[in-house]
Amino acid sequence: MPIFIKMPSLSPTMTEGKLSKWLKKKGDQVTPGDVLAEIETDKATMEIEAVDEGILFEIKVDEGAENISVGSVIATIMEENDSEDDMTSNLDLEMNNNSQVIDNTNNNPEYDEIKALSNLDFDEKTINEDRIRISPLAKRLAIKNKILFKEIKGSGPYGRIIKKDIENFSRSKELLNDDFNKRIDVQDNNFSDVPHSPMRKVIAQRLVNSVNEAPHFFLSVDCNVSELNKVRNQINSGAMKISVNDFIVKASAKALKNVPKANCSWNSDFIRYSNTFDVSVAVAIDDGLITPIVRNVERKGLEEISNEIKDLADKAKKGNLALEEYQGGNFTVSNLGMFGIKNFTAIINPPQSMILAIGKAEKKPVIVNDEVKISEIMNVTLSCDHRVIDGALGSLWLNKFKSYIENPSLMLL
Amino acid sequence: MRKFDLVVLGGGPGGYVAAIRAKQLGLNVLLIENNELGGVCLNWGCIPTKALLKVSEFKNNIKKFKDFGIEVNGKITFDIKNIIQRSRNVSKQLSNGVKHLLKKNNIEVIKGFGSILKNKEEIILSILKDEASNIKISSKNLIIATGAKPRLISGIDIKNDNIWTAKDAMVPKSLPKSITIIGSGAIGIEFASFYNDMGSKVTVIEMENRILPNEDLEVSETARNIFVKRGITFLSNSSLISVDTSKNRIISKIKFNNKTIDLESEKLLLAIGITGNIENLGLEKSKINTENGHIVTDDKMRTNVKNIYAIGDVTQPPWLAHKASHEAIIASETIAGLKDVHSLDKNSIPSCTYSYPQIASIGLNEKQAKDKGLKIKIGSFPFLGNGKSITMSASDGFIKTIFNDETGELIGAHMIGTEVTELINSFSIAKQLETTEKDIMNTVFAHPTLSEALHESVLAAYNRAIHF
Repeated sequence: MPIFIKMPSLSPTMTEGKLSKWLKKKGDQVTPGDVLAEIETDKATMEIEAVDEGILFEIKVDEGAENISVGSVIATIMEENDSEDDMTSNLDLEMNNNSQVIDNTNNNPEYDEIKALSNLDFDEKTINEDRIRISPLAKRLAIKNKILFKEIKGSGPYGRIIKKDIENFSRSKELLNDDFNKRIDVQDNNFSDVPHSPMRKVIAQRLVNSVNEAPHFFLSVDCNVSELNKVRNQINSGAMKISVNDFIVKASAKALKNVPKANCSWNSDFIRYSNTFDVSVAVAIDDGLITPIVRNVERKGLEEISNEIKDLADKAKKGNLALEEYQGGNFTVSNLGMFGIKNFTAIINPPQSMILAIGKAEKKPVIVNDEVKISEIMNVTLSCDHRVIDGALGSLWLNKFKSYIENPSLMLL
Repeated sequence: MRKFDLVVLGGGPGGYVAAIRAKQLGLNVLLIENNELGGVCLNWGCIPTKALLKVSEFKNNIKKFKDFGIEVNGKITFDIKNIIQRSRNVSKQLSNGVKHLLKKNNIEVIKGFGSILKNKEEIILSILKDEASNIKISSKNLIIATGAKPRLISGIDIKNDNIWTAKDAMVPKSLPKSITIIGSGAIGIEFASFYNDMGSKVTVIEMENRILPNEDLEVSETARNIFVKRGITFLSNSSLISVDTSKNRIISKIKFNNKTIDLESEKLLLAIGITGNIENLGLEKSKINTENGHIVTDDKMRTNVKNIYAIGDVTQPPWLAHKASHEAIIASETIAGLKDVHSLDKNSIPSCTYSYPQIASIGLNEKQAKDKGLKIKIGSFPFLGNGKSITMSASDGFIKTIFNDETGELIGAHMIGTEVTELINSFSIAKQLETTEKDIMNTVFAHPTLSEALHESVLAAYNRAIHF
């Protein structure tokens, strides 16, 4: 039987290689252990040795040939009893089988298993509720700090509890154990103590700062949104859906551009006036809120603003906001209209200088030219940082805002 | 204009790994590299120097032949040209390997210099190919992986043939009779070890009060003793003031213990660290934050600018190839929107110096741990007590382990000796899995191996060492 020398596979992922050198030539007698050729791949060079005795009958690939598929025949060796006819007919057979050989390497079950594993959603499918995965160090820390393993959510692979998880958990517990809590009778089971989340701590710290440091004053005005709703209904009759909030964001930026002195923030040694007109939007998320920022609003159309807010809110809810997507800006819109709130005052988001609290738009009797008419009225309340925004400036801005809301076509300019 | 999901600037151990991972995750990727694939690591750093240091290991082993009963009759000679040639061949083979890997993954590579032109909704990049043609492409995301270059000293002109950076020291035309090396970090010490073994007279200048100042004090001291015995001169608490190159020699003015001395040598090697390749990339226009010549990122490798990432030597230290590759995975997975992308713990990155003997470490050293106010337990085990190293006639050095006394956490491991650059990875796994001293004590180590010294070092921290 003729012997077929095939392109070997030097690694599980190798599909092709290069024949760098033939060390035997056609017609040479070969014995087991003789080096026939050198093969080169990504990183390694390997020698092909003969395992049988015979004559090197044919060399199928030239020295230096590249991209030779694994499993393809590179040479044939004629054994003592073979005829030349044997050699050619058997080779045809071997070549026909070849493509199959390669397919097999690509579809081998191990490969698929790896792929399947990497597609698994570890969170949902692989955590067995009965079994708690915990690192030895985390386990020791938990025992030392008298923490029940099941109270902790693991952040390691397969939900494994690691040192960081214990540290985060203990830190929030420590905060609970401050003086105030110590005075409470710990035997009393009529309450449950939830440790502060990192976000809750940030909210608490920033808002306390804001209230303590920024002297707030409040300006309130009614806006007639009848006209705005007409425009909005026209737009929304198509595929596009624009919310009242999108208009409010746009009108706010327009007003900032008209009253650039209000587009500023208080810093310890200076007042910073911004050249771009950015609007932060308060978004409620699990256990808190975050204010992603829409930048350069004055340059954007309503559709773009609307899409961007949706995108940012979506990211905010998933906790995927990048730093630059929620930091900066001088102004925030906070809308509680959807909860039926008529009016409210909001706390400024430091180091910003203003925040606009939006109430629910409601149909109300309005007196126009001594006649009672029904209009949709939305109350808005502006909180200003008096260190940088005085009453007149805040009022000027608020009136500009009102005029854009009541005459939405002006926003087109 | 052609559009991509991701463009990677730079094809070093950060860049090519990022490109392959991103491709695996289904992104449409372009890699831009101005020089050879594989970057400094493969072509002018880690790899070619390891090939050279293997030669000095051979040379040192030849000296031991007699101990093993081998007599060599006749002279052993070497030709530096052949040594360099082999080192270059190794680099070339691996650089070709990277080329193959990218090809196998169907990743397009453009040879040229990429820079950011505009960054609005999409990032527009310009690629300057061979000074002449200039093409523009657009991408949703960008990973900057442009690496770093040697830090220079102002007033010292590296155009002079006798003043070297690491790259020159890898391809000397002839073996220098003497060389002054500025800096005793990993790069300085590796070249000191190599040139000393090859027969050059080596003097190392270090600004700090000890060599290898990032390593544990005991490791520094042991290294110094071994190197001094082998003929290297060290001047610590010293710095280079100026260089006189007028006589085709180097006369270095060195400030040493408040006096100034002149040091003459054939060559001068600057190994005082690196600085990021941040120039001409359009970083200023895009307002990307940098600090001391390196790009600032968060733990997901994001810069301050949306959709622009940076990895490897162009970012913050430590500057190590394996850190770059790891950051590459983090950046690409973040871009692809994978959830649970893990962050890199900078205390769990091993670092290795491939001198003779080798030095390797991970985590905090004794001083750093004490400065942090941690209560610690320290174990140390000398290779003299390890059977395998005696059979190898290689019993210099030791392994030192540091544990948190209260929790049993492995805080750091520091080692010097034969093959410790391989041993360190055991501790990398131990740290990643958050093992305590107990787990390592309960692990079965094969006998006889050098790794048993690692086991004994942990036992020693709890006064339980058996073999010393």
